[in-house]
Order: sequence, then C-alpha cells, then structure tokens
Amino acid sequence: MTPLAVEGLRVELDGAVVVDGLGLEVEQGEWLGVIGPNGAGKTTVLRAVGGLVPYAGSIRLFGDEIAGLGRREVARRVALVPQAPVIPPDMTVLEYVVIGRTPHLGYTSAPEARDVDVCRSALARLDVAQLADRRLGSLSGGERQRAVLARAMAQDARLIVLDEPTTALDVGAQQQVLELVADLRTTKSLTVLSAMHDLTVAGQYPDRLVLIDGGREAVSGLPGEVLTEETIARHYGASVRVVSDGDSIAVVPLRPQVGTEERVGP
Amino acid sequence: MIGALRARGWAGVGPGLTVPWAFAAVSVLLGSALLGLGIGPVGLGFGPIAREIASHIPFLGVHSSFSGSEDAILWQLRAPRVVLGILVGAMLASAGAAYQGVFRNPLADPYLLGAAAGAGLGATLVIAYSHGGASRDLRPLAAFVGAMLGVGAAYLLGRSVAGRTTATLILAGVTVASFLTAVQTFVQQQNTDTVQEVYAWILGQLETSGWREVALALPYMVVSWAVLLLHRRLLDVLAVGDEEASSVGVDVSRVRLIVLAAATLGTAAAVAFSGLIAFVGIIIPHAIRLVVGTSYRIVLPLSLCFGAAFLVLADVLARTVVAPAELPIGVVTAFFGAPFFALVLRTTRMVGT
Repeated sequence: MTPLAVEGLRVELDGAVVVDGLGLEVEQGEWLGVIGPNGAGKTTVLRAVGGLVPYAGSIRLFGDEIAGLGRREVARRVALVPQAPVIPPDMTVLEYVVIGRTPHLGYTSAPEARDVDVCRSALARLDVAQLADRRLGSLSGGERQRAVLARAMAQDARLIVLDEPTTALDVGAQQQVLELVADLRTTKSLTVLSAMHDLTVAGQYPDRLVLIDGGREAVSGLPGEVLTEETIARHYGASVRVVSDGDSIAVVPLRPQVGTEERVGP
Repeated sequence: MIGALRARGWAGVGPGLTVPWAFAAVSVLLGSALLGLGIGPVGLGFGPIAREIASHIPFLGVHSSFSGSEDAILWQLRAPRVVLGILVGAMLASAGAAYQGVFRNPLADPYLLGAAAGAGLGATLVIAYSHGGASRDLRPLAAFVGAMLGVGAAYLLGRSVAGRTTATLILAGVTVASFLTAVQTFVQQQNTDTVQEVYAWILGQLETSGWREVALALPYMVVSWAVLLLHRRLLDVLAVGDEEASSVGVDVSRVRLIVLAAATLGTAAAVAFSGLIAFVGIIIPHAIRLVVGTSYRIVLPLSLCFGAAFLVLADVLARTVVAPAELPIGVVTAFFGAPFFALVLRTTRMVGT
C-alpha cells in the first residue's frame, strides 16, 4: 500500500494560502526530497502529512485519509522530526526517547519493559546507547540530532518525515545523520519524506525530488532532472553551478557575475 | 503508599522515584506532623503524643497518659489544624507542579489563571456584605466558587483567542485576575470597617473548628490528586511542546484542560479554607527539580509530601514566633519563599513557552 498519497492539498494559515493544489506520492521504501525556496510551503506540507494542520484535499497514509484517523493512529503511521525540536535540557536521553512510545501506550499507562527495550535498541542502532542517561542539555548538536532520530524511531512508524534534518550541524555530523537515515531506510524498510535546504544533499540522498514554489509543485523527477542550473536560477533566484559525476550531484553557489563588463583596470 | 506510586516498567529510565526518596519524603512528613502536634501553648511532649496515637491502634496494648483536656487539645485543636496544613500544602505544591507542566513555565503557580483573585473577591464580598455566623460559614464557599469562576473565565477567554497558545492563556489569566482584583479592591475600599478581616484572609491562615474543614476539603483534593498523578507521564510528554506532543499522538488541549481543571478544583478547595498562601506552589516543585530531577514521575509525588511538610512547619512558626498572637502563614511562607525564589531565578534556565 502506498505509504503516502497527497492529492489537491490546500492549506491556509491565518487566511493566507500556503499550499495550493499540491500532489505527492511516496512509494514503499522510497526517499522523496522536498525542496524549494524559503516560504515555498515545505514545512507546511510536512506538518499537514503529520496531521498537525487543517487541510483541504486528500492526504492518505497507507491508504487511509488522515482526517479520519485518530491522532494516535496517525502517530503510529508517521514519525515527524521537526526542524527545530524542543529540547528540554534537564531530561535524560532515554526519558526523551521514551516519549516516542506515546502512541503505543494507554492514556494513563506507564511504558513497559518492552517499550524501554525498543528505545534502547533505537539508541543502539544510532550508535548512542552510551548516552542513555545523559541530560539532553549536555549533548553536542550531532548527538542531539541522533537522540531526536531515536525518538522518531521509537515511534515504530513506517513513514518518517524529516524537516531539514541537518540544519545547524557541521558537515561531518550532517553526513553521519544522513547516512544513518539512509541506513535505517534499508535495514528497517522505512519510507522517508524530507524537506531539504542544502541542494547538494538533496542531489545525493533522496531517490526523487519535488521542487515546490509558492505552495505549488514546480518541477519533480529524478534529482538530475530537477537540479539544473536553469531551474535553480528560476525558483531560488540563485546563480549556481551543477556538477555531476553520474552518480551524485553537487550544487555549488557562485557569486553572480553582475556588471563584469563595466569593471575597469587590471 | 509512595512505593505503590512507582510505575512498573520504568526501571532504568532516568531518575525515577526511588525508595530512599520516598522514605525520606514520608519521614519528613511524619516528623513535621509530630512537631505540629507537639508544639503549642500547652506542652504535650512528643513521647506522650506518640503513646496517645499508638493507644488508638488496636492490639498494641499501649495506654495513653493523657488527661481529658490534653486529649481534646490534641484531637480537637492541633490534629485538625495539622491535617489541614498537610492537605493544603500538598495541594498547592502538586497543583503548582502541574501548572508548571502544562504551561512549560517555571514561574507558573496555582494562582496563575485567576484562582487567587477570584477567591479573594468571593471572600471579600462575603466579609463585606454578610454579618455574624453566616459570614464565617459562607466564606469558604464564596472563595471556592470565586476561584473556579475566575479560572473558568480565564480559560474561556484564552480559548476564544485565535492561536490558542499557552501564552494567550496566561495573558487571559492575567487579564481576568487584574479585573477581579480591581473589583475586590473597590469592594474593600467601600467597606473600610472590614479591611482588617479581608487583609487577614488574603494573607492566609489555617483556622480550624474541629474536623469540619478537613472533611469538606478532602474529597475535592483526593479527586484532584488522583487525576494529577494519573497524568504525570503525559506532563513529561508536554515538555517537548504542543506541536511535538501532538505529533506523538497526544490531544494536547484535552490533556491541558483536564489537568488544569483538576489542579484548579483542588486549589479552590485549599484556598477556601486557608486563604492565599504564597510561594508553596512554586518553591516546593522547584526544590525537588533542583535536587532530585525534573520528571513528573518524581516531581508530583514528592511535591505532595514535601509541600505538606513545608506548610505544617510554616504553621508551627506562624503559631509560635509572636505567641500568643499568630503570624499569617502566608507571611511565613513568603519570608522563606522569596529568598528561595530568588535562588531559583538565578540557577534555572528559563524555558520558553
């Protein structure tokens, strides 16, 4: 069953139409990247898929319209990792990851040993088992992002939605986090939907890209088809060089050559 | 009892409510209760009190050495007051902890949404416009109803605003509270002959006439504690914010409404019989967070115990410092609470709402 099928999605926030007539489909095991300039509506699309904003149109998660699923059921099917998660500094990593078990627990019941095991193995899978008893406030950016991913893993959802998962990480931590997501996708047969800021990253990890602008789909297809110098210039207003070696694509911003001809002298 | 509050399956998930802490909490509570029973104008002695209490336990074969009047002092004067102190202290501290949880604001206290202002107006109206015995009987009821209506009005106002963030709810509380306080001050100024009485009520006191107050307040508080303790895991989930809490399947506004309603019910019952006792709802949960940990698995049950002990000890001071007169207990709690509060401000990070 298709993990995610979005048709004619329209979202209004404070009276402004933020997403207008968007369609998306993500196949089982696929990684779809959503790109687009600031304010294009990327985050809103992801929040709508997580059931967090009222919408018109259709969003089906594994065949069912999310408006008809309860909040808990949505949380069992999709795990959402926000761009800037709230990190309670005094909470321990394991306490934080246990929050991911919420959709599997009764309203007032405590997590059982089985739930704690799921959380510990999520941490182990992300190579941070040793951080379980550390306080979140004491973690580095990369460790913190792993804790956030572990919480999403603990949700045991088969679709994981990541909003700019590597913002504020250095290049090494970025790469590690993305490799982890890629690895989880294959080993746990997860389906991934992610909004991405960095176009080079977008050119290397997702199977397919959709570029949205002004709340509508502008271009979609394989990364090589979407990430062209012309498309990026049109939608981002940026001057870039796209470098491709067949397998992977790098998008390198270049300083616009404005007024070169007027420059005088050596 | 505390041991039974430990949830199964939590083993190894960070600092939970450990047996030593539960034991310490119960010991401190029993110790302060014994102090509260023993200290007063008539010295009863701690040994004889322990023997008197033991003599009521069947099959121990302990005989009390108390005379009839000593017996009356213990059971009709001191014990009800100590028990009311336990209930009010436990209620204010646990309600404060719950308010801090739902608002993700370390400075929230149970009076935040207008419970104090509403209760103050209710009590002032009764003190100003009714006389004699009726005034004494009506006062708790008016304070209770005032507190519930104040918070109810703030909640409805906060809900009606677009956005519905916790910040708008707090603003609604501030708005309702200042309006009610304005009305209360006006009524107070129009009736200068009762200012002294109103003022004494506002500063808080534990006054009992036998067990009546305890019997009236207890049912509301038991309901409140049961609901709050059942929500302690969800209060931990709310720590990640409304949006993320709903993304893991929590109906945030429903949880917030239930917790606020329960905490307000208990607070209104406490305020009705004790006036406005400041700071207990803030300093006790924060002391526990600083020393033991921030999970509501620990903060709620320990707030109950240490809040109770704190208020009983504060009442001992209120009764003895200027004996035979009494200090308002709110003065004692604020005197010790304010310096502590300053310390909390200096040491804790402010959590954004």
